[in-house]
This record gives sequence, C-alpha cells and structure tokens, in this order.
Amino acid sequence: MSDTADLRAVLEPADVARALSRIAHEIDERTKGADDIVLLGIPTRGVALAQRVAQRLAEIQAHAIPVGSLDITMYRDDLRLKKARALLPTEIPAGGIDDKTVILVDDVLFSGRTVRAALDALGDIGRPRMVQLAVLVDRGHRELPIRADYVGKNLPTSLRESVRVQLIEHDGEDGVYVGTAGA
Amino acid sequence: MQHLLSTADLTRDDALLILDTAAELAQISDRPMKKLPTLRGRTVVNLFYEDSTRTRISFEAAAKRLSADVINFSAKGSSVSKGESLKDTALTLQAMGADAVVIRHAASGAPHRLAHSGWIESTVINAGDGTHEHPTQALLDAYTLRKHLRDGDGDLAGARITIVGDVLHSRVARSNVLLLNTLGAHVTLCAPPTLLPVGVEEWPCAVSYALDQAIADADAVMMLRVQLERMNASFFPSAHEYSRRYGLDAQRMSTLPTHTIVMHPGPMNRGMEIAADVADSKRSVIVEQVSNGVSVRMAVMYLLLGGAESGIGGN
Repeated sequence: MSDTADLRAVLEPADVARALSRIAHEIDERTKGADDIVLLGIPTRGVALAQRVAQRLAEIQAHAIPVGSLDITMYRDDLRLKKARALLPTEIPAGGIDDKTVILVDDVLFSGRTVRAALDALGDIGRPRMVQLAVLVDRGHRELPIRADYVGKNLPTSLRESVRVQLIEHDGEDGVYVGTAGA
Repeated sequence: MQHLLSTADLTRDDALLILDTAAELAQISDRPMKKLPTLRGRTVVNLFYEDSTRTRISFEAAAKRLSADVINFSAKGSSVSKGESLKDTALTLQAMGADAVVIRHAASGAPHRLAHSGWIESTVINAGDGTHEHPTQALLDAYTLRKHLRDGDGDLAGARITIVGDVLHSRVARSNVLLLNTLGAHVTLCAPPTLLPVGVEEWPCAVSYALDQAIADADAVMMLRVQLERMNASFFPSAHEYSRRYGLDAQRMSTLPTHTIVMHPGPMNRGMEIAADVADSKRSVIVEQVSNGVSVRMAVMYLLLGGAESGIGGN
C-alpha cells in the first residue's frame, strides 16, 4: 500500500493474529473462565478488535461472549476544542453491563484520555462488577493514571512518531506501523 | 452554520447527520441515566413569545439531557408585557451569557433578525416563527418517517408523503416540504384552495384539492391543525364541512395502504382535522413524534453547540 510506504511495520498480519489470540487466552486465565464477561470495543477499530477477541474467547470457553461497542465522543475532554463530530455507534449487548466483567478494547493506548472518557460513559450506562482494558498497542506517554490489563505489544515511541493500526475490516489488511508524524 | 433558522439551509448530508446523531442519542432515553455531560456549563434560553407545550418542554428536556443550564422565558409575565422590544430582550440575554437562544415568535423572520442583527453572539434555533418555518418539527417528522418507512437508515428517496389541511397558516408544512424534498421524498399538499399560500406552485411539491385521491397511495399522511387563532376571515363554510372534506376519519383511514402511517404535529383538534379514533389508532405515530422530538433537538443542540464550531454545514 502506497500510503504506508514511509511507515515502518512493527506488527505483521500474523503478529496481530497471535497478539489477539494471546489476549483472549490471558483474559480466560485472569478471569478464571468467568461467564459474566462483556467485551466493549471503542469505535472505530476497537470494535473490530473486540469482535475478534470475543470470537477467540468463545472458542476457548465454548460459549458465546457478548460483544458491543461504546462511543465516547460525548464524554471527550477535548470536545470543545474541535468541530462538533458525528457520533459513532454505541451497542450494549442485551444482557447489559450491571455486575458484569466489562473489558474495554481499543487499538492504541496513548494519553489515556479516551479510556478516561470510556469509564465515564460506562458509569452512565450501568455498574459493572469490574472493568478491564485490552489494547493492541501500548505506545506510552500516559497523561492520566491509567494502564492496560492486556497488551498486544508494548511499543516505546517518541512523541514525534505516529502509530497506525490497520485492520482487515477497515483497511483491507492487518498491520501496525510507526512513522514520523507529519511525514 | 451557526444557527438553525430554516430547513432550506440544510443539505442532504446535513440533514442525515442530524438524523443519524438523533438515532444514537435516542438510546439515552431508554436507559436509567438519561444524561450526557456534553453541554455542561452552557446556557440555553427558551425564548417563547407564543404559547407552546410540547416544543418548549421538548427543547427543555433535550437541553437538560445534555447537561446544559436552561432558562425559560415566556412573554407572558415578563417585561415584554411592559412593552420591551425584541432587541432589548436580546441584549439582556447577551449580557447574561446565553450560549443558545431557542426562539418562538408570532412574527415570521424574528429568529433571522435575532441571529443576524448583531445584538447577540448566541446560536439561534428557530422553534417556530409565524407562518414561516419550524425546522426542528420537520426534522423530527423526517426522523419518524425514516424510522417507519426506511428502518431508520438513509434518506427518504421515493417515499410519498401527503400533508393535509391548513397549509396557509402552517410553518410545519413549509419546513417539511423543503426538508422532505431535500431527502428525496415526493410531497403532496392537500387543502382547500383558500388554505394554500400564494406562490405554493413554486414549492417543490404537488398540490391537490381532493383528499381521497391525494392519500390513495401515500406512505404517510400528515394532518395539520386548523389554526383558528390565526384566522381572521372565513376560509371554509363550516367546521363540519371542513371535517367532512379534509378531515381524516376511520372510514377514510381504512382506504389507506396497510403500511401507511398517520402523523400530526400537535396540538390536535380532535373531531376537526382528525377523528379521535384515528388519532388513537395503531397507525398513528403522534405520541412517538413527541419522543423523537427530544432526540432530534438533542442532536441539533449537540451539533451546533458541542464543539468549537458547528458540526452542521461547511462540509
């Protein structure tokens, strides 16, 4: 793909698949096969990741895992700094999130502000028993006291670099790339 | 686009953005915590020079669900009854730091004047001006139509909508004709010739005087209120004759296609333009229109006020 020419691939398609499988196994192990798990992806790419992890987890646990999406636009702390944005879908599985183990899924963990907004959004929807965080890439540079429970790849970056996650569902192929911002 | 004054200002993409946003925000009404923090610290003034029940309450509920502070102003019991002008009222609102003014006024064009006079910097939302426009009503009607006729997705291309009754005095009709046309629907206005405005042939719609033909293949029939309070002359011989020729009763409703829905912007004159058993029938979506109104007004206020600049227009 030409628009990724000046980017350096850090995860190949097979690496992405392995990372997601490992996350599914870690979730199974850490939650001790709990049957109250709900996966919520943060749009846009978090939703596709949540669906893939849910599918793998369903194979491990041999029962369907509720999966949905959680839009955090209305809870962003930078809402007033940019033009009003279109909302993205929020779909909470039929069983709700009360007393469930909710695992938030996103593609990249950076400042932590998205996750902060997601926690606020969750609080308005219900009261989970526990909330955990799974990300494909943790690139560091946190601005809030937030950490991920499940990480596909820890990727030390400088603030000048940009991280791009591509997924088959959105971009035609899987991969994680690092480039110089503005390059 | 800083203000919402007319549905003529909305492109198809703008209208769909508002409807899609409203569809997401409608979920808020179904959950125990019916509130979003989005407009925290913003002040919305409901400036109502005319009586209103559902529009004012709907705007108030919408603003409160977005956590805005709401100040209700009605002309009765205010300095307006002492003769204060729109300009002086506007300067007062500006001094109080209103971020948005939702205005209903008996004079067509009052919201436009307020928005472009330089009196205030606030966003102005037209909640009905004279016999001109009522854009949020048209948006909630389009939302309701899309939900029933198109499963809540896309535009209204090819849908046949018949709007019946007092078009002359109706701001709802004008806003609806413009918006539904933008969304691709075929609109037919049906009214006695005395209740059609001058120049209606220039509107992007068909016009009919015969109700039975106009509703025969309609996907939706929208009944308008006969606005007796705006009538200073005889527009039809008697209420009974109007009702017989232009009212929707159970017998007429039975001739409609089975999927056709019946709408009314409210308040209804039961027994005049719509029979009570029609208004309460399963085909009637009149109560649903009211709840959709809250979602649509939330969407409009979020898109106009939520960001550093308006999310409507400029695409």
